[in-house]
Amino acid sequence: MNNEMNITFKSISANEAFARISVAAFVSSLDPTLEEINEIKTVVSEAVTNAIIHGYEENPHQTIAITCTLSEDNLTVIIEDFGLGINNIDLAKQPLYTSKPELERSGMGFTIMENFMDKVEIHSVPDEGTKVTMVKEFKKSKTLCN
Amino acid sequence: MNLSMQFVRMENVLVLRLEGELDHHAAIELRAAWQEQIRVHKIQHTILNLENLHFMDSSGLGVILGRYKELKQLNGEMVICSINPAVRRLFDMSGLFKIVRYESNEHFALLSLGVAS
Ligand SMILES: Nc1ncnc2c1ncn2[C@@H]1O[C@H](COP(=O)(O)OP(=O)(O)OP(=O)(O)O)[C@@H](O)[C@H]1O
Ligand SMILES: [Mg+2]
Repeated sequence: MNNEMNITFKSISANEAFARISVAAFVSSLDPTLEEINEIKTVVSEAVTNAIIHGYEENPHQTIAITCTLSEDNLTVIIEDFGLGINNIDLAKQPLYTSKPELERSGMGFTIMENFMDKVEIHSVPDEGTKVTMVKEFKKSKTLCN
Repeated sequence: MNLSMQFVRMENVLVLRLEGELDHHAAIELRAAWQEQIRVHKIQHTILNLENLHFMDSSGLGVILGRYKELKQLNGEMVICSINPAVRRLFDMSGLFKIVRYESNEHFALLSLGVAS
């Protein structure tokens, strides 16, 4: 099935749950496993939390945008903020690297995204924002009908 | 709130049972409530029961690691018990169980800290 959805919402932490539940609901037509749903919810939560904490430094008046595209059994999720951007993407992707240890971050967000998704691409421009594009291929129908 | 927390104290041990979803939003409230328990009730050890925690992201790792360090300063310990596979995956990925002890249930966790339940 081919399908698309867009949501934009304010950069408040209460929207983290809204964002991951919305994306999980969007992929339900693919008949995902519980494990796949958990992976999707987790990576959306990671990227939205990064936008709020790092992109906008917890300023609640900014905007986060999510675009999801379904094409056959592939989901593409794009999560975008228009905040501070990332100076060194290679460093940011290192497991356990965080620029905000004082906020009790563990530096695992990008590592989790890369583990749970088939493809993760980060596009970021300092002072313009960050766009994280993630692709996941869902396993073909779990039950054969013939 | 998507996270509910239950605090039970036995001597200087805090049993903390979490239910629901632990993300950045919930982690802020959890940290404040947990720190208050440690401070007000002179808590030294925490048993974290995650049996009913259905969702967690890196924010959960951060708040747990933060309290682990805080308790260590007080010569205390943290023991995690009853964890579900989805949450366990994140702990394994981060290597948290290399430093924090795991017990299969609350009873064993209490015994391991020398508290009879
Ligand atoms: N949207 C963003 N805008 C600006 N900087 C970002 C953004 N996302 C990530 N970063 C930078 O990349 C680093 C690594 O991100 P990652 O999610 O892996 O770890 P973290 O957010 O610091 O910790 P954790 O995700 O474990 O809580 C961040 O510390 C931050 O410096
Ligand atoms: Mg992060």
